Amino acid sequence: MELNFTGTDVCAVSTGTRSAAEAHYDVVVIGAGPSGVAAALEARQGGASVLLVDENPVPGAAMGNDVPLYFGGRMTAATQNSERMLEAVFMSLPALEQAMEAGVELLLGTCAWGVYRNGPGVQSLPEQVVGLADANRSWLVGFDRIVLATGARDLALAFPGWNQPGVMGAAALQMLLTRYDAFAGRRILILGSHDLALETALLATERGLEVAGLVEVRAAPQGSAVLVAQVAAAGILIRCSAAISSAQGGLDGVEAATLTTGETIACDTICTAVGLVPSIELVDAMHGPRALDPQRGGYVPRGEEAVSAVGLCAGLADTGFDHIEYRMAWVRALASVCAPDTIICQCEDVTRADLIGVQPPNYLTRPAPMCARSLDTLLHDGPANPDQIKRLTRAGMGVCQGRRCRDQVAMLLAIESGQPFGTIPLASHRAPVRPLPMKILADWNEPTEMEAAWDVWFGIPTQWVPVEDIGTPFEDAHRGMLYTGMYE
Amino acid sequence: MSGSEVVIVGGGVTGLSAGWWLARSGVKVTVLDKFIVGWEASGRNGGGASHYSSPLFDEEQRLWPQMDELLGYPTEHQKERILIAMTERQWEQYRFVAERHKRLDHPVELLDVQQVQEAVPLAGDTCFGGVHYKFGGHANPQRSVQAYAWALQDLGGTIIQHSPVTGFEAAGGKVTAVTTANGSYGCDAVVVAAGPQIPQLMAQLGVTVPLASARAEMIITEPAPMMPIGGVDGHKLYGRQTMRGNLAYGGGPHEWLEVDETGPAARPSTPLARNLARRLAELLPKAAHLNVIRSWAGVIENSPDGRPIIDRLTSPDNVVVASMSSVGFGLSPASGHAIRDLVIDGKCSFADIDILKLSRFAGLAADWREQRGWKPLA
Repeated sequence: MELNFTGTDVCAVSTGTRSAAEAHYDVVVIGAGPSGVAAALEARQGGASVLLVDENPVPGAAMGNDVPLYFGGRMTAATQNSERMLEAVFMSLPALEQAMEAGVELLLGTCAWGVYRNGPGVQSLPEQVVGLADANRSWLVGFDRIVLATGARDLALAFPGWNQPGVMGAAALQMLLTRYDAFAGRRILILGSHDLALETALLATERGLEVAGLVEVRAAPQGSAVLVAQVAAAGILIRCSAAISSAQGGLDGVEAATLTTGETIACDTICTAVGLVPSIELVDAMHGPRALDPQRGGYVPRGEEAVSAVGLCAGLADTGFDHIEYRMAWVRALASVCAPDTIICQCEDVTRADLIGVQPPNYLTRPAPMCARSLDTLLHDGPANPDQIKRLTRAGMGVCQGRRCRDQVAMLLAIESGQPFGTIPLASHRAPVRPLPMKILADWNEPTEMEAAWDVWFGIPTQWVPVEDIGTPFEDAHRGMLYTGMYE
Repeated sequence: MSGSEVVIVGGGVTGLSAGWWLARSGVKVTVLDKFIVGWEASGRNGGGASHYSSPLFDEEQRLWPQMDELLGYPTEHQKERILIAMTERQWEQYRFVAERHKRLDHPVELLDVQQVQEAVPLAGDTCFGGVHYKFGGHANPQRSVQAYAWALQDLGGTIIQHSPVTGFEAAGGKVTAVTTANGSYGCDAVVVAAGPQIPQLMAQLGVTVPLASARAEMIITEPAPMMPIGGVDGHKLYGRQTMRGNLAYGGGPHEWLEVDETGPAARPSTPLARNLARRLAELLPKAAHLNVIRSWAGVIENSPDGRPIIDRLTSPDNVVVASMSSVGFGLSPASGHAIRDLVIDGKCSFADIDILKLSRFAGLAADWREQRGWKPLA
């Protein structure tokens, strides 16, 4: 057998193999909220070339998958009108016009789905790039500096009946009300009483909606005294020392909620307003540094020379309130009302019992040894790791990419393993950090060098020659047919 | 050897299968892993189980259909595969491969375009044809790795995670203990199945194992309607439809890396996801609207000829080294059996595996990686 083939491995990637970035900017800003626009303007006024992208409006189908916020299926049909949606985004952000006049390039309806750079494990990228996609295609843009102004997303919490239309997040509700005027509900029960919940209640009232009340797991309202007073003045009741124990509904989703106090409240929407989580998907997918900051809402980017975070992505306003403790109090309360068959991961139908039992999905059989396994037995091997639990149970593996269950799975694992939340690693975010149709993600203009370097596996001439054929004329025939030109 | 102690370095699929086979023979097994079982290439691969080029092929084919029952845990093993040719050249190559299978008595059937579409509902009419392998198959790597680990524990074996191996203690021509940061494990025999870290570990025993590591990538879609046979690939892609329905596919250029004794520093994916998405959209056009929801990468070691190294050393004579050279997952039921045989009997009982001996590389030039460009980019 000839081991010493020579020549270059043409199936190894080199910098010429990959598609080049379509453009390069000194600064790319992801997210066109107030912080993103301000960062873009500042960079532009400093003389930099600046690209500002914002994924909103996202396609209607993506909103149905709770991208980027937890819309809970409570959008009106107006969200299907992409022109109207685009206009609504533009009108809702007056500073955009100023930024464009200053020479900032603006792309709305354009998501950033990955950031790639050379580092440990990869040296083949021609430059650091961000992957972008709109409704028609994806492409790469090079940058010197990237500013993440991706905001914060809703923390979703499981309780019996949460997996139906009408259970949604506060940030999503606020976006539907203020930006799109496209909220399909009428009467809202709000979970939580910190500032986010109080502000949401006041906004909904102002927009003519009925707020059926707030529910607070702790003994007293949690938000600022001023907001609490405003909510009281609006005649909205905050039910303390209570949690939701179930949601009832019909074909159109939520119709009522029952509390742990036994009270049942009619409502068509249950708005989870317990917390916002900084949107660090891109940071995680690029293996950027981050740190847990309970006063700022969770894991926040630590920042690097070429990567910075602004606005809510960098953390919620620090008022001294411990968001993690507060969320854990909610998860503990809801865990006690969740039945074994309460769904935790909606995409993959993973129940609480199967999550804690580390059981496989229902399409697999569960022989006796499998049934004897659980988180408890797994903990004998080492600390709980959400990625391992994900592999076994599929919790977090669905099309929502874990936006609905990632955080609560980590909290449940902390509770069940008796460890502080901060010791439980976060499940991985991976590119594309937004669900992207294959034909959109596809590189339809790749260089010919990519096809020339493409093999199904490593392109090693001897790897797939059947043992029986070694030393026979079939060996040469095999190499001639399958490996022409790969090695000299 | 019943009652003796074997330490296995590396809780990947090869080490775990070897441990399970040894435990089945009454050996006291301890598997040491630097992190969590199956965290590297064993849990990051296409799940294929059709390695007809290997001397372990017959045993691989015999065992996979029994693995769920033997292990007591689900592996998601599914039978058979279909390859679809999307270019005239691929069609020529796949027919060549089909002819070879016929000659070797592996059951295959050629499919015309209409038959491809009947067998693979997500395929289109622009293909040139297909080959139906009525052998082989695929399984879920992550579930299978854990199945081996649990089955090994059920037989009394021990798995020590988060314990990177740092070295060996030797006396009288034998390794007597394996050392980790957390302690030392005495042993009668050792299996080194540590993937990319094998060269550094074996160098401590004065043994050169020529391996080079590279990164490869895959993409995953949201679930598609279930196809009758999930093991569909071709168009220079490898992959499968999972039992949940997701399409998981890889292929394309790899990137050579340097890996030190601590293992791969990172496993980043790259914009190659776009090139994979393009080919998958061409291969299965009726799935082109489906969302891609993840991509990931793994680091895999290769021997100079791309074939596994499974060998028992002569000095120290109680060490078996096992690198599966980028084809480890599918062969794992058989590789574990072979390793068990080498540890206990000194010889593989079911196949001639001399071709996998380390000695075949004795004449290899010291700069073999440079010669063929198996080095990281400068």
